[in-house]
This record gives sequence, structure tokens and C-alpha cells, in this order.
Amino acid sequence: MFEVTSNRQLAEGVFGLSIKAPQIARHHHAGQFCIIRAAQHCERVPLSIADKDVHAGTITVVVQAVGHSTQEIAGVQAGEFLLDVVGPLGNPTNVGKPARGAFVGGGVGVAAGYLMLQALKGAGAEVVAIIGFRTRDLIIYEDKFRRVSDELIVTTDDGSYGYHGLVTEPLEQQLQEGAQPDLVITVGPVVMMAAVAEVTRPYAIKTIASLNPIMVDGTGMCGACRVTVGGQTKFTCVDGPEFDAHQVDFRELSERLKMYKTNESRADEAGAHHCQVEPAYWRLDERNG
Amino acid sequence: MNEMDNKQRLELPHQQMAELPVDRRLAGASEVNVGYSEEQARAEAQRCLQCKRPPCVAGCPVDIDIPAFIKLISEGRYADAALKIKETNSFPAICGRVCPQEQQCQAKCVVGRTGRPPVGIGHLERFVGDYLVANPQPVSSSPEPTGYKVAIVGSGPAGLTTAGELAKLGHEVTIFEALHEPGGVMTYGIPEFRLPKDIIRYEIKALLELGVQIVHDTIIGRTLTIDELFGEMGFAAVFLGLGAGNPRFLGIEGENLRGVYSANEFLTRINLMRAYRDDYDTPIRRGNNVTVVGGGNVTLDSSRWALRLGAETVTIVYRRSREEMPARVEEVRHTEEEGVQFRFLSQPMRLLGDDGDVAAMECLQMELGEPDESGRARPIPIEGSEFTLPTDLVIIAIGARVSPLVPIAVPGIELDEGGHVIVNPDTLETSIPGVFGGGDLIPGEETIVRAMGDGRRAAQSIHKYLIDRE
Repeated sequence: MFEVTSNRQLAEGVFGLSIKAPQIARHHHAGQFCIIRAAQHCERVPLSIADKDVHAGTITVVVQAVGHSTQEIAGVQAGEFLLDVVGPLGNPTNVGKPARGAFVGGGVGVAAGYLMLQALKGAGAEVVAIIGFRTRDLIIYEDKFRRVSDELIVTTDDGSYGYHGLVTEPLEQQLQEGAQPDLVITVGPVVMMAAVAEVTRPYAIKTIASLNPIMVDGTGMCGACRVTVGGQTKFTCVDGPEFDAHQVDFRELSERLKMYKTNESRADEAGAHHCQVEPAYWRLDERNG
Repeated sequence: MNEMDNKQRLELPHQQMAELPVDRRLAGASEVNVGYSEEQARAEAQRCLQCKRPPCVAGCPVDIDIPAFIKLISEGRYADAALKIKETNSFPAICGRVCPQEQQCQAKCVVGRTGRPPVGIGHLERFVGDYLVANPQPVSSSPEPTGYKVAIVGSGPAGLTTAGELAKLGHEVTIFEALHEPGGVMTYGIPEFRLPKDIIRYEIKALLELGVQIVHDTIIGRTLTIDELFGEMGFAAVFLGLGAGNPRFLGIEGENLRGVYSANEFLTRINLMRAYRDDYDTPIRRGNNVTVVGGGNVTLDSSRWALRLGAETVTIVYRRSREEMPARVEEVRHTEEEGVQFRFLSQPMRLLGDDGDVAAMECLQMELGEPDESGRARPIPIEGSEFTLPTDLVIIAIGARVSPLVPIAVPGIELDEGGHVIVNPDTLETSIPGVFGGGDLIPGEETIVRAMGDGRRAAQSIHKYLIDRE
């Protein structure tokens, strides 16, 4: 049993939970995730670790309540308990020693970027963050990102806040203006990550996507999270979650996320709110063929 | 009781175990084999010839004194019979159900060699195992604590056995399990209708009563490191029992279409995550025309679950013939009775999709050639023999490799070319001092009983390793 020490609503249907899990907090590195099962009847839900406090022994996750099991997690209040929290899973972000790094995130996927940016800063990089949301009310983590980035661009699809448009547009501007990062990390809806990969591809900028496919055990045992990277089948839970974005078959990943779309399901939670911008992103994907 | 001579014993009829009728099997998850009655057990026990040099024992991977436990059954001493088994095998209720007896003890039975059905050793083992579950015996006096702490990684058959044996020797044992329930493959892999979860729960409870601690949600190498186990946490030895947890795929086109599962995923969703129950959130695809690829017990388990989840047709596609199937003969019979069809000598070549969902499997007909390195006839494709099976759910059940968590748990541990952990065959110690391993992560037959046998041997080695340090 894992105690929830705080639960704050960050946006419409989006909650940030801090959880007492000292071993996970101590061993976690940026890029790693955890799996949470709120109660006996619930699914095991993979979630990025958005923040941690090693001294207090807590980790923070950001969950979007879209299916039964995520609603159960989001509904656990401070002082109450989650049945299972296991982690840290996956491999840490290999930030290397970039002079300039960029993080491009969308929706709740943005939460995963905060510790990655910290790691980039820690490696001495100048960092720019571009984070996109459907609308102003869904913006999360703006203050945290402002603290940790040298430049922050917030976009909204409907223009209700910040830059009016897709995250790929300011990214493209950055690349054209010559302020090119050595490393781009992208986390968010599959179509967005695919589009980011296509923006950076012509510039040959190393681009890492942190994937969130359907997952069950998280230990390499079931293969639900298999993705095709450079023509090879990889398991996101043990081989990832981060892969070379220029090698990931995002189309296949996107299709596989619809596995249970006829069930009431958690398929592509992060992407659920991006359906109207999906065609625009895929056009970008096709541009570079 | 009048002593019978061997001739009379040979005339005694084999006791058939009662089984659930097919309609009741398919309506739920209830165990198919109902078990022997007391009368049946005693009658079957009478069939044993009590051989002076029993070949059945040589067929048992853990050397159970089979004639001795059967004799105790014939005398009505069921608890004593179970304890006799427990001298070399901790979990008779489990092994009686899942061992491939027809390839092991029963294959060597002298009665069987006369052309009659061999003595139902497995059924008898299960009977006394269940007797002990229903009539728990008082735990013998607790051993003198040795002061040594031993960590067990993984709570499958190997880990649980090692834990129990070490606890009985007075060591302080902690099992670290990655999942939220203990039992390993017995929990996530083997279905309720073949091995009821109550049996596992009973055995786990017995271990806890011995003082074994089980810590869930802990991945060694991630949640805790091996250096912490040996360092600040004060463990003196570690046993690795992480099993084969890395499903093989066919490597063919279309394998990542929606509606294609590994058997591990399909079974885990059902067995561990209870997808078959309405009161659980776990989603699962329930195909109408299900195709399962493989020829082992896991293949059969998957096919039978697919039927229970409401499939209209379930077809097993296996590239060799019935004779080469590694599955238990009894399970093959049950599977056929339940309505699963077999396409032998068939090799999947390609999966065809319809808008991202699997829609058909293209296969090639095979013929059998010379035996391969496994000793079984090698399947050879027949040119131009392509055929297509319509299917909306495909389950790949062609085995698994060693868990990818092994090198994460113990960085630098030596593995062989097949990815198995290299151990000293006598002590089961790995290339890292104080770290032992057994079960499916070392080379050998991938059975529950072999893993349990490894666990027992590893416990003895670990005990010796700890005592020799003094």
C-alpha cells in the first residue's frame, strides 16, 4: 500500500498526485516511469514520474482521468492509499552533453518533461521548452517549466493562450532561425511526436521520443508494449521508453493504441484531446515521406 | 487387508478421474479434473507393484519415493503419504496437477509397460496434496534461527521452493516479487481451470507461516539494487528465480496488428488481471475465430481460455504433428473435448489485416523430416502449399526467453549464448559469488517440477555456502 500525500487538480480532468514511495524516489532517474494499480479490480496504469522529492520519499505523477482505472487513481485523496506502485521502470534518459536541448511536449505528456529538462540543465545545456495544449484550461506545469527552461513557449490549438497553433510550428521557427538544439526530446500524443520527428529529421537533429503504449506487467513479460523501431520489435517497458524518434514506426503505435477503443478504455489517453489536430500532424509526418 | 500378488494387482482396473462435463467447463473457470475420491485413491494405489528398484522414481525430476507414498495411501495414511512426497517436493497439490507425468514417472511405470494404463501417480500425488490442503498438519517445531538473511528474486515455483527450504533451515527469507501477486507463472500463466488459485494461496500462506516475507511491487535492479541487498540491507545470499519472461514472436509480417497477442499477455490479462470477470476493469479482445500458434501447454491454455471467453471457433496451428507436441497428453484430450480444432504441420507465414485489425493468417503446409537438435522431427515447408485461415484474434504461444530483468537485477552476470544464466551445475551458483539461480532462467527442461527441484538444490547449496563462511 502506498500513501497519497497530496492530490491537486491541475486542469480539467487532470490530477497531480504525490505518493509516498521512498525506494522509487531514491532510485528514479529522468525518463523512467512507474505502474500504478489503484485497487484490486483496476488495471495497471503506466505513468511518467513527473517530479520527486528524495528527502520526503515521494514521487509525483500526473494522471488524466479518462477511463475507470485512471479515474480510480485520480480519486485517491491525501491520506488514502494506492494498492500498488512499482518502479522506477524503463531506462533513464541518456541526455549526453548537449550545448542546447529542446523539450517538445503535448497534453499530460508535458509532465514527463520537467525532470528531463532538469537533467538537461544539470548536464550544462541551455534549454528551450515548447509545450502545447488544446486550450487554456488544460495547461499544466507552466510555472515549473518556466523555472527550469531558458526559453518557454506555450501553445494552444485554439489560440486561447500563448502561441496559436501546433508545437511543431515554433519548433520549426527555432530550427530555421539557426538556434538549433543538439537534442530534442518529445513526449505527448503519438501524432505530435511523429510530427516533431519529421520537423527535426531534415536537420538531422538527434530526437528522442518517450513512448506510452498499452502495457500490462512492465517487466518485459507480456509484449503488449511492443513497438517497431528501425524495423526491429522492441518492448517499451524494458528497451525504452525512449527511442530514436526518427526510427519509431509511429503509425503502427497509433494503430496499436486503438486496441480497445470499442471497450471503454484508456487507449491513447494523451491523444484523446488531439483528434482534431491529428490530420494536421499526420500531414507533417507524410511531408518527409 | 489381504495382500495381493502382482498378478492380481495387474488385473485391477485403472481409476479414471472424474471430470467436469464440457458445458460446465465452458461456462466458467472451474477446474476440469475433479479429483479422486478416497475409495478411488486407495483402489488406484493397489495397482502399484511396489517395485524393489522402481523405474518411476528415475523418471521423477525430484526423486520422489513414489512406491513409498503410494503404499501409505493404500494404508489410508494420506497425510503421511503427502509428507513423504514433501521430503523431496514441497508442493504435491501443484505438481500432481501440472507435471507431464506421462513423459516422466508414469512413462517408466512397470504396469504401464505391460500395455495397461500406468499407475495414476499424478492423480495420487494430487489426491494427497489436496488432502494436506484440507487437513493441514501442525508445523514441526520452528528451527533455530541462523541469523542469515537470504533474498529471493521472483516468487514462481523456483523461488517459492527455495524460500520454504531455507526457512525450514532457520534462515530469514525475503521474497521480492515484481508483480502485485505472488506465484509467478502459476499465477499469471496457468489457468484456474487447471490449477486453482486457492492452491497457490494455500501454499503461500504456509510459507508465510514459516516466517518467509513476501514484498510485492519490487524489481531488483530498479526498485532496489543487488548492492543494497548485500550492503545496507544485510542479505548474505541471493537466489534468482525470475523465470522465462520474454515472449517469443514469429517475426512475420502483420504480427503487430491489433488482435495479435503473445500468450503471456493474453493469459496475464485473464489469470492475473481477471479479464474474464465483469467486476474487473481489465480489457481483453474476445475473438470469434481465434487462432493459437504453438504446441505446448501454454498453447492449450490460451485456446481453452479463448473458448471460455466465447469464441465460436478456436484453432491451434502447430508446425509439427500431434506426436511432437510437448503438451501434457491429458490437456490435449481436454482441449479436444472442449472443441478446439488442430491444424498440424502448419506454419504461419503472414498475418493479414483489415484496417489495422488482424483478419487472416496465411500458412504453409509442412512435412516432417529428419530429427533436429531437439530430437523431434524437423518440419519442412511444402512448396506451393499456402492456405489462409480467417481469424480475428491470434495468440502466439511459441515459448519465452529468459526474463530481460536478469541482467538488470545483476549487472555483469554471465549468460550463455541462449541468454540463460550460467551456473555451476552442482551448486547452482552463478558467476557472481553469493548469487544462485534456478528454474527457467538456467538451461534445462521448462517445467514447474524442474524449477522446484532447482529451488530445493539451490537451498541446500545456499545453506552450505552460508555455513561454510563461518
